[in-house]
Amino acid sequence: MAIVKEDLLYTRSHEWVRFADGLATIGITDYARNELGELVFAEAVSPGRRVVPGQAVGAIESVKVAADILSPLTGEIVESRTEIDNELDQLTEDPYAVWFVVIRPDHLSELDSLMDAAAYEAFCDSEG
Amino acid sequence: MSNEQRKTPLHDAHLELGAKMMDFAGWRLPMQYSGIREEHLAVRRAVGLFDVSHMGEILVSGPGAFDFLDYLLTRNMSGVQSGRALYSAMCNERGGTVDDLIVYPLSEDRYLLVVNAANTATDLAHIQLVAKTWAAAEKPLPQVEDRSADYAQLALQGPNAEDLLFPIIPEVSRLRPFRFLQPDSAPDWLVSRTGYTGEDGFEIYLPPAQAHDLWQKLLEAGAVPAGLGARDTLRLEAALPLYGHELSPDISPLDAGLERFVFSAKPQPGFVGQEALATAGQSRKLIGLKALGRTIPRQGYPLIQSGKPIGTVTSGGYSPTLERGIALASVEATTVIDGSVLVRIRDKDEPFEVCSLPFVKRG
Repeated sequence: MAIVKEDLLYTRSHEWVRFADGLATIGITDYARNELGELVFAEAVSPGRRVVPGQAVGAIESVKVAADILSPLTGEIVESRTEIDNELDQLTEDPYAVWFVVIRPDHLSELDSLMDAAAYEAFCDSEG
Repeated sequence: MSNEQRKTPLHDAHLELGAKMMDFAGWRLPMQYSGIREEHLAVRRAVGLFDVSHMGEILVSGPGAFDFLDYLLTRNMSGVQSGRALYSAMCNERGGTVDDLIVYPLSEDRYLLVVNAANTATDLAHIQLVAKTWAAAEKPLPQVEDRSADYAQLALQGPNAEDLLFPIIPEVSRLRPFRFLQPDSAPDWLVSRTGYTGEDGFEIYLPPAQAHDLWQKLLEAGAVPAGLGARDTLRLEAALPLYGHELSPDISPLDAGLERFVFSAKPQPGFVGQEALATAGQSRKLIGLKALGRTIPRQGYPLIQSGKPIGTVTSGGYSPTLERGIALASVEATTVIDGSVLVRIRDKDEPFEVCSLPFVKRG
């Protein structure tokens, strides 16, 4: 079973979002990591870029497949983990400990469309 | 969804091994067991075992079956002696590729065609259509049968493959590459020294009811179970074409680098698509690319030179042997690339070096 953390928000494309002090930190979930398999490359979009929901803020590659990390929010990337490609072991070990980018959201209301832990767990179950 | 997928006779064995399963060409198949990289390297260094029972088998038989196949398939079929497995393409009238396949001549008038699972139905329809025009030209009508349900298929691949198979089928020690035999101890099996990994190895066709026993014996002897994930990374390193990537109804075998398997001067009546291929010639070619950085190319990514798109990645991925991204890419036949080229990966142009194929050589 994939690990789901109580204090986070989740997207249907399997990103987690930690919201605190007006900033949203974004990473990939344990479910996503399991689905991807062995990770071989990761990158995060540089700070300063403005993004809208559905736009890529990073990418991750496994032996099997490439996947984009999608922003669930409108806003500006204020920080990004430029060294994330050197942290694939940590990312594999605990995907909740390694974030990709921090976004300053324009509209806090966009957070309402994200799932809480219980809803995300049910969503993962339905994905099989 | 998944309960509509067909299952191989080894389905439960895969689940017991903890395989991550996937849907492929209407089948429920193992994507990976321990992990793609580990399985891949086991095949390169020792021996891996694949369940490829999804592959399709079509039997073409009857008087004149050879002449019919000579008309159906692109390769030079003359000089075919029993015991040789023949790789060939099969074209439509436009010279596009209907499928790539292996022909096993079982006897003078019985030929087993092993085709891609996803194409089995299309292939059957195509072959039956060609057979009709063939019969209309007052040639004997061959019998065309889907025999896929009669065969499970295991692929034992890697430098130690012969050592593992020898105790079960001693004849394999004298079996040369691209030859096949029907063992004395199991005359309804077909054992072929072929594969899709670039390594030495065997493909074993056998009745589905006997597949589990052989699977189990080979695992106990030390073969590492390997899934479709490793099958794909291995065939890419070996630069072997994959239907739907390098080949399609709109891509000719010549444009996919298969000119060795196209007998352009085949005498009358020639082969289906021969005229179209003669007219079009080779308009594209496949080149090999190795990443200079850490990014990984994937199918569909554009190649860029001097700011302009000059081609497309047909297959790309991570090479566990080379530990970097590699790709097969299709460019115009006249394209000259000196040294390096860019691949557009997520809006960034990443540098790649052009390299000789295959990416990884045996041993």
